Amino acid sequence: MENKEIGHHISEKFNQELEDIRNKVLTMGGLVEQQIEMAVQAFTSGDIELAELVIKQDNQVDALEMAIDLECTQIMALRQPTAFDLRMLIAVIKIVREMERAGDKAERIAQMAIQLSGADNQNHQYELEHMASLIMEMMHGALDAFARVNIEDITMITGKDENVNREYENIIRRLITRMMEDPRNITRALDVIWAARAMERIGDYACNICEHLIYMVNGEDVRHLTQQELEKKMKA
Amino acid sequence: MTSQEVRTHTIDMNSVLLNRANQSDLEETCIKVENLNLFYGEKQALYGINMEMPKKKVTAYIGPSGCGKSTLLRCINRMNDLVDSVTIDGKILLDDENIYEKSVNVAALRRRVGMVFQKPNPFPKSIFENVAYGLRIQGINDKRILSETVENALRGAALWDEMKDRLNDNALGISGGQQQRLVIARAIAIEPEVLLLDEPASALDPISTLKIEELINELKEKYTIVIVTHNMQQAARVSDYTAFMYMGELVEMGTTSELFTNPKKKQTEDYITGRYG
Repeated sequence: MENKEIGHHISEKFNQELEDIRNKVLTMGGLVEQQIEMAVQAFTSGDIELAELVIKQDNQVDALEMAIDLECTQIMALRQPTAFDLRMLIAVIKIVREMERAGDKAERIAQMAIQLSGADNQNHQYELEHMASLIMEMMHGALDAFARVNIEDITMITGKDENVNREYENIIRRLITRMMEDPRNITRALDVIWAARAMERIGDYACNICEHLIYMVNGEDVRHLTQQELEKKMKA
Repeated sequence: MTSQEVRTHTIDMNSVLLNRANQSDLEETCIKVENLNLFYGEKQALYGINMEMPKKKVTAYIGPSGCGKSTLLRCINRMNDLVDSVTIDGKILLDDENIYEKSVNVAALRRRVGMVFQKPNPFPKSIFENVAYGLRIQGINDKRILSETVENALRGAALWDEMKDRLNDNALGISGGQQQRLVIARAIAIEPEVLLLDEPASALDPISTLKIEELINELKEKYTIVIVTHNMQQAARVSDYTAFMYMGELVEMGTTSELFTNPKKKQTEDYITGRYG
């Protein structure tokens, strides 16, 4: 199965319907990426307006999720898709769910940005920057792989999740230390932990998207495998 | 809840996860096609077909018009013998016996391998006589045996309740869907091993089609079924195995669930998803 393109159906309308879904998923992906980026920026810079914008825009992500789900359901009912077409629709339904959750986490980060903006100590907000850049790379990579229908480098994306988890543990350790040093740090440290947790989850969602993509492209269900098992499978 | 009770509530994961698709190892082969080539005069219509059809399962042939699926189906009860200029080489083994062996009695073979066609073709006789016909030409005229067999065959074809009060009506006066089930009843009255169905539902309305499909599902308890269909969703619904044919060759055969979700060959993928080949 060399040809993974959506087109070439005898029914031109079917091509259009699938293309339309693909475009909507990419739009939604772009929006979610933007939401994460803005939330992270709001968090590090303490920009309340930006954070509020993120919270306000989350309903756009939700609306796209529902619209895409509806279109997938209708195509399944009316066209009885098979093989790649079927796997693509199933994968899309799952991918938009992951993206919607990632959007919720961006909203969470934005909420924490607003709460923290009242705190006087500004310099600590930079501690999540490295982690934030990792999860944005992952999300971008996953959406790029979807756009190109190409899973060749997919394990490079999922591999980054280990770095994200390590970074998360480091942050937690540092914040616990700080809380033990001075109980007055607890309120603020907890808010940072919530944000860090949200970022760590976004990394997981990006990994899930990658797994759905593998199913979409070669029909293999690779959920619940370790990174090593996944790499072995993808090489085989 | 005691620990004992907890244990009895553990789900038997093996039985839950057992997938139809993974059962193929356990099945017994009913029909085996070995290196079958068929020519209509000079023109070759089938090229080196090799396939196995398991016992008491439904195997569907799909493929574009002219790909050889009906030709292959007709080989299984030697219907192609009736066409002049046909030459066949290769073997078809029915229960390990080659049906193209010279010693094979074709009439006896067709009693073992029944066939139903696209258009219902009841005889212009009563409903009862249509079903009893196969027995009568075997010389069975005992009234008790005949009426018992007719009832069982009509029940088997899910037609008894509709027909029991009008067994003496002319078969040509019932609906197309009923006629098709009547023809299936006629085929199963002589208790064949294999049923060949050549587009059995293509001339029927959706409800009659569903009845035929439901019937196929019931009939596979007793018979090995091979069905040719242009309706891919029908193949997906009724069959356990699907063979995709193209230009006289068998491109791919596998469990239906696998073939429709993750076909191995690009040609199969293009055909079932409705793309240009």
